[in-house]
Amino acid sequence: MKRKILNEKKINIILERLSNEILENHFETKNSVLLGIQPRGTELCKRLYQNLKKLNNNVKMGKLDISFYRDDFRRSDKLITPSNMDLNISLENKNVILVDDVLFTGRTVRSAFEALLSFGRPKKIELLVFVDRRFCRELPIQADYVGVEVDTLENEKVFVKFSQTDKSVYLTS
Amino acid sequence: MKDLSVDNLTTIKDLSKSDIELIFNTADNFKKILNQSIKKVPSLRDITIANLFFENSTRTKLSFELAEKRLSADIINFSSSNSSLKKGETLLDTVKNILAMKVDMIVLRHSSPGASIFLSRNIDAKIINAGDGSHEHPTQALLDSFSIRQNFSDFKSLNVLIIGDIIHSRVALSNIFCLQKLGAKVGVCGPSTLMPKSLKSLNVEYFKDLKSALSWCDVANILRIQLERQNLKYFPSLREYSSRFGVTKKVLDEIKNKVILMHPGPINRGVEISSDVADSKQSIILDQVENGVAIRMAVLYLLAKKIKK
Repeated sequence: MKRKILNEKKINIILERLSNEILENHFETKNSVLLGIQPRGTELCKRLYQNLKKLNNNVKMGKLDISFYRDDFRRSDKLITPSNMDLNISLENKNVILVDDVLFTGRTVRSAFEALLSFGRPKKIELLVFVDRRFCRELPIQADYVGVEVDTLENEKVFVKFSQTDKSVYLTS
Repeated sequence: MKDLSVDNLTTIKDLSKSDIELIFNTADNFKKILNQSIKKVPSLRDITIANLFFENSTRTKLSFELAEKRLSADIINFSSSNSSLKKGETLLDTVKNILAMKVDMIVLRHSSPGASIFLSRNIDAKIINAGDGSHEHPTQALLDSFSIRQNFSDFKSLNVLIIGDIIHSRVALSNIFCLQKLGAKVGVCGPSTLMPKSLKSLNVEYFKDLKSALSWCDVANILRIQLERQNLKYFPSLREYSSRFGVTKKVLDEIKNKVILMHPGPINRGVEISSDVADSKQSIILDQVENGVAIRMAVLYLLAKKIKK
């Protein structure tokens, strides 16, 4: 079963709010970096980046691929397919905002910590997610900026779509 | 994306085109990792790898070792010079003893052709062939093609020339298989005594003359004359070889097309390639070495995925 839980209009409002929240904490943006987790966090990251640009904020952007840092290599049946890593700046002493579409078990974020530490020691790391699936965490990880909170069963899935034709959040079971 | 179709990397022959492309795409990602300030990823931290080098090697061994370390694997090294082989132990017994120490993967270099295929039939660990006699050297062929791929968009309509000692060269054989699978045309050039009898069945073009060969090709892979494998005289003297088949600035100036030059190393400067050519912009010899680590990381990573938990 597939159910739409957010439509385009609401998504745009949430994106505006998240951008403003980032602006509040990162007013001085010389040292701030938006870091989208590949593959699903990068589209969200791009939208936030465009919003912040409009608000005259000079935040930087990068893409982080975490495939080789995951803890389920050889445990999952599928081959983990790596995506592009696009990060041409050192993260040394930067304020990093990790961006992903859905926060579920927290394992992706843990891998992302390990991956981004390979680019230097940031001053601070924050986490932004569009959908926070509450009560599903397997690690003690919480987000600093949350688009929307949903309560889900473990076998359900949340899909966030940011394409031109379809901007919505679905819940499937 | 699908896994590799093979469980061991013993020959290029076993790989499909999509396997080779999967290895290349994975290596692309590892190449980026190798340019980070911290070049290590934790993927293989629960894997132990034995590097068994029954034959001398510097580049391949270092490259494999570095690739394994970059993937956080535990490694043990073995070289035949100070081993029990001298006391009469067989290859299979040596390997079984090492496996009893709970080793998951084996990187094998051996002077007997087919040594890695023999082992893969008899033991459980994943095996990577790092050169077996004059048979194959699959990772070298992969890294050569990977280096070519960085300079050309497509292998179709690409002519690749291999110059030198084809009959003794495992690099040549693996390269021929790999390039043909990717769709390139392969030609060989060198003294006719150094050409294998099976040349026709390999479907490669033979050039007697270096100049016409070089004007045919887009890429030339220059091989070292392996005097250690030649117990016969195949050509009168090194000087004569180098005057007929040595790649020099003079020959390259005489042809119209620009050829990219490769060499699997070690180079004998002044024999198969002249010094100024080896250091010129046309040569991608050091790129090959750099790509070697990324390719080996990709092969290790993709094979390790197949180890049962």
